[in-house]
Amino acid sequence: MAEVETTTVPLNRAAEEVSSPWRDAWRTLRKNRMAMLGLGIIVFFVAVALLAPVIARYPYDEGELLNRNKPPSAEHWFGTDYNGRDMFSRIVYGARISLWVGTSSVIGSIVVGSLLGLLAGFYGRWIDMLISRIFDIMLAFPSILLAIAIVAILGPSLRNALLAIAIINVPTFGRLIRSRVMSLKEEEFVMAAKALGMTDARIIFHHLLPNSLAPIIVTGTLCVATAIIEAAALGFLGLGAQPPEPEWGKMLSDAKEYIQKAPWTMIFPGISIMLTVLGFNLVGDGLRDAIDPRMKN
Amino acid sequence: MAAELLSVQQLKKYYPITGGVFGRQVGQVKAVDGVTFAVNQGETLGLVGESGCGKSTIGRTILRLIEPTEGDILFEGRSITKLGKADMRQIRRNMQIVFQDPFASLNPRKNVEKILEEPLIVHGIGSAKERKKRMEEMLEVVGLSSYHASRYPHQFSGGQRQRIGIARALMLHPKLIIADEPVSALDVSIQSQVLNLMQDLQRDFGLTYIFIAHDLSVVRHVSDRVGVMYLGRLVELADKDRLYEKPLHPYTQALLSAVPSADPDLKRERIILQGDVPNPAEPPAGCTFHTRCPQVKEVCRSVPPKFRDIGDGQHVACHLYTS
Repeated sequence: MAEVETTTVPLNRAAEEVSSPWRDAWRTLRKNRMAMLGLGIIVFFVAVALLAPVIARYPYDEGELLNRNKPPSAEHWFGTDYNGRDMFSRIVYGARISLWVGTSSVIGSIVVGSLLGLLAGFYGRWIDMLISRIFDIMLAFPSILLAIAIVAILGPSLRNALLAIAIINVPTFGRLIRSRVMSLKEEEFVMAAKALGMTDARIIFHHLLPNSLAPIIVTGTLCVATAIIEAAALGFLGLGAQPPEPEWGKMLSDAKEYIQKAPWTMIFPGISIMLTVLGFNLVGDGLRDAIDPRMKN
Repeated sequence: MAAELLSVQQLKKYYPITGGVFGRQVGQVKAVDGVTFAVNQGETLGLVGESGCGKSTIGRTILRLIEPTEGDILFEGRSITKLGKADMRQIRRNMQIVFQDPFASLNPRKNVEKILEEPLIVHGIGSAKERKKRMEEMLEVVGLSSYHASRYPHQFSGGQRQRIGIARALMLHPKLIIADEPVSALDVSIQSQVLNLMQDLQRDFGLTYIFIAHDLSVVRHVSDRVGVMYLGRLVELADKDRLYEKPLHPYTQALLSAVPSADPDLKRERIILQGDVPNPAEPPAGCTFHTRCPQVKEVCRSVPPKFRDIGDGQHVACHLYTS
């Protein structure tokens, strides 16, 4: 139903033939300056991550012990850390880790959460009871505490941190899809699909899922931002990336010993985390307005 | 007399009312309470009644979109209430439904081409090329053009969407179409276009309709026979002309007296019913209409009237006509 509102976007004759709900949303999104700024930030960091070997002038894991905690200079743009490693190179490689952890953990949560949500919402009864209670239990813990517990069981490593973040975000998507499916399945087009003799699987994947994608994408984008922060938090606590991996949160925690002597070792990872998170949040907000005008506050 | 295509026998649909901490059943809403009727091949059976009387529930129960609580549904002489999923899928090729709200009945994420081809894909009919051809033919049949195929539902007007809904129902060449208030959501000028389209299709494809509506003049226009419902029960069923000229049940009389007339000089006696429709969770004992009936008798308060044939195919459930 949300898509009905997109008809309020004035369509010109030439564009009319190609108008689809997704294209309309993109057209609205393009007009949103803050969202475009956010998209710019994301594209910038993605480019940095992809081109890391080209951009970085020093290896991220080898320091010059004579050049420890040096302030930013022409050779070391962001200065060096306590091991004499080039901060700029570490930040550049760190973009890979943060973006990878943020997106892949959220994709994992989306896949598992959507599946569970679809099952719970479509079949109801005891399946819904079971899945919803599991979600309730998971949501009863503060998410970072749950992540810490999971990493503590699996052992600290970047991969396990990613897994933990994926797990703690599953209920967010599960509940979102469950409620969406519960309202969608009463809609007449789903009734019509049943009347036409479609299988449950076809109704779920061809009718319910495509109509649930809009909120998934919006929440997913916003969730990438949270996931990046959670990864950084786990890294800060020493439960995520292990040395010498240049994870931004880990860099912050290493730098805290030297905050007065070498503040740049803290400032640059901090700014990087802030900017990526800001980028995803801006795009997420813009997407929400573009895809589903009713979700606006 | 044409052959009987569909027969509904003592159909009941009760919805449980649950309450309390443990979701105990504390009562039930009798949405459809013992309805019996038959539809003949090629005819249009109109079902009228006010909102909440169960007419849409009947339509959906016949298609088993809602499972009936009790009673039997025979399609071409075969009971379909106990059929498994696979058998039911075969039956669905012969029974389709057109919905009331053309804005909700089409998947907003699919274009017309996909919406119309999907029924064929589901039932494994034709190759991709044949499906496309049938889809384009069907668009022409319902008065749209093949260039509409790539458009999405939100790019159409209400009337056009309803045509797409009808086209989707027709893709499988069904024998029976249940039209659940197909024109109530449309403008009056568009209503007649869609009604005429449906009548043309009935003639061309030999369709049988169950036409559910609350607009009495629309029902009179399209139906051969008309059934009147009140609080989950059929109170009267007769040929269209007989029902509109000589309604027997006091409820039908009241209902018909409310139809506005185009002739301002015509003096009519308007029957105004007192009170509201009773709560279907606690229907009155005896005849459910006795609380509002202007001709109520003592027997009406305790004994539910039987739905009986009183001659010439006119059925009525009322104590006034017990011979």
